[in-house]
Parts: sequence; C-alpha cells; structure tokens
Amino acid sequence: MLAKEPAYGYDLRARMREALGPLGDAMNAGQIYVALARLAKAGLVTSEHDEGLPDRPDRRVYALTPAGQQRVAGWLTEVSWPKPDLAEFHLKLVAAAAGRLADPVSLVDAQRREVLRRVRDAQRAALDRSVDPVAGLLLEGVVLRLRADLEWLEACERTWASRAGHAES
Amino acid sequence: MALRAHGLTKRYGSHNTLVRAVDEVDLEAPTGQTLAIMGASGCGKSTLLHLLGGLQRPTDGQVWLGENRVDTMSERALARLRRDDVGFVFQSFHLMDELTAVENIELAALLAGRSPGRARKRALYLLDRVGLADRAMHLPSALSGGQRQRVAIARALSNEPLVVLADEPTGNLDTAATLEVLRLFDELHAAGQTLVVVTHDARIAAVADRVIAMRDGAFADDNRLVGTVYDGRR
Repeated sequence: MLAKEPAYGYDLRARMREALGPLGDAMNAGQIYVALARLAKAGLVTSEHDEGLPDRPDRRVYALTPAGQQRVAGWLTEVSWPKPDLAEFHLKLVAAAAGRLADPVSLVDAQRREVLRRVRDAQRAALDRSVDPVAGLLLEGVVLRLRADLEWLEACERTWASRAGHAES
Repeated sequence: MALRAHGLTKRYGSHNTLVRAVDEVDLEAPTGQTLAIMGASGCGKSTLLHLLGGLQRPTDGQVWLGENRVDTMSERALARLRRDDVGFVFQSFHLMDELTAVENIELAALLAGRSPGRARKRALYLLDRVGLADRAMHLPSALSGGQRQRVAIARALSNEPLVVLADEPTGNLDTAATLEVLRLFDELHAAGQTLVVVTHDARIAAVADRVIAMRDGAFADDNRLVGTVYDGRR
C-alpha cells in the first residue's frame, strides 16, 4: 500500500480496507501502526512528522526506504503459497481412532460444521451487491478453498465410516 | 408447517440387492424457512426431494404438504398437487426450448386454468421479479445458464406454491450465475417463500436457515446435524 506513494497511517488503513472489502472490517485501528513500527525497525520504512502538527503516529507521513522498495519488488515475484494445515487434522483422526479416544466421523462432522459456517459467512458477504468486484475476488477465493476443504472432509468421512463398519462386522 | 415427513423410506430391489435410497427420514420445514439438505452424490437426496414433491411414492412413511397427506393421494390428486402446490427447480432447468421465457412461465398458470390474460400478466410480473423483464421474448437458447435458471425459478413460482423444491439448482452454473441464483433465493426467503434445496454446493449455506447433512439415505446423525441451525442471519 505504501509502494504507491508516501502516506499517513490512516490513509494506508483506508487503502487496506478498500482492498480487503468485507474481510477488512475485522482489522483494528492500531494494527497498521504496529506493522509500520516493525517495518521501521527493520529499516524498510521511514517516517517524518508534518510541520505544525502534533507528533503522533497518525500525524506522521510514512514512506518506503530503498531497502523497502527492494523488498516489495522481491515480494511481488515470490511464488510461496500458504497452505492450510491438513496434516494436523488428519493426525487427529488417526489418533482418535487408534487410541479409541473419539469417533473420527463425529470429529469430521464437527469440523464440517465449522467450515460450513465459514463458507456461509464468506458467501453471505459476497452476495452483497455493494461489494466491490476486486474485493469480491478475495471472497470468491476464500469460498473456493473452503469448498475444497469440505470435499476433503467428505473423503475423510467415507474412509473412516467404512473402517468403523469393518471393525463392527 | 409447510412440509412434513415422518419415517420416510424408499427402498429399491430386494434381499441381496436391497438399496435403501431414503431410510426413515423425519423432516419438518416450517413456512417461510429455507432448508438445505447436503450430501455427496448417491446419498439419496434427490430421491428424498422426489418423495417430498409427490414425484415418487415412498415405500414407507408419510408426507404432508400443508394439510394434505401426499403419500396416499390418488394419481389425479397428486398431479394437481404437483401443479398447484409445489414449484420444482432442476439442475438442467427443463425449459421448453421452443417457447419464449414468458411463455415457459405462463404455461404453468395456463395449465392450472388461469385465463391467458392473467397468466401473461403473472408471468411478466415474475420475470421482472427475477430481473429478466427485458428477456421476455427470448428463447432459452438465447439466454445464459444463469438466466435460464432464473426463468425456471420464475416458472416454479407461477402458481404461488406452498413450497419450492430445488434439486442442485446451481449445479450447472458458473460463479457469477450462482451468485445471482443465491441472491434470488435470498429475496424469495425474505418474501416468506418456503424453500427446500438439495445440493452438494456448500454455498447454499449463505441463504439457508438450516443445513442438514445426509449420508446413506438418512440424515447423518440427527442429534448433531439436524440441530445445526444456521440462523445467525436473522
């Protein structure tokens, strides 16, 4: 957000909220200043306070340092892709079954309810006609990922339910 | 209660080949609620919808639509019920290719005995309601998938049904068209229409009061899932 031009903290916050759409509503006011302070410490951002205004974080103009600009350029070309941690849930099912600690299928059911709740919230936000199409893209991505999770949970359910069936017979 | 079922069961085959497509399902859909029944393909959800709408007869159990018991009705009464009290929406739209959008919608009203003038008026009103007033004279082939499904939904509403039953209504639609159909369902819901949707598309959760998971012909674990009421939206 800073790469465009130097800006006040509250400008950056407004830009972030616009880009994130409904998902940006969860962002609190202080977060941006915490992030800016951390970036300044790392030498990626510098700031100076406007003449004639009291020296408070929200009255300072922030800008990228040359190192910061380099970091942005590097970030744009990175192809890392954060992955949801399926292994932990998978191990939970294995452990529950092996130790007879819980019914894996009921764990899957509980997880599905949680994922479905998230799908509902994200899709509900996407239904709002006032959502900007660019921010809507983010919601679409969130929903698509969650639907993939649900598909996987379905596969988990099938396998664990049939195992339980074998164990009983 | 718009729709009720008790011990609803549909079996195919016998002995070794016995398949319980629907296995002792209890269901209550209060007037004005949107109910979503989700499950993998083959879990019996389409059969359940057919039993609820009088398209198939159950092997066992009872179905009531409003005050009328459906499962014991004569064929003649059943045909009238399907025409007047139930609106069906299908995955592949099932529009008549040679009829325009408005004709597809008014056909249902004409069959129910409305005058041509009233049927046309109602059809045009419904087209406007689904946002397709300017497509009245288009053939289905000139409409996008999402528009076709909206025409099909308008047709389902033609005779002011007690309940609209939808089978994978977003199954053939892309993201944008799905969004339009979900918005339409949401508007119907706000207008007090009772809606039962069977689907594997979790996005339906955005507009449903309740989401029930179905597995092997039965509601998967009544205690946990039938009680899962996603009513945070109201």
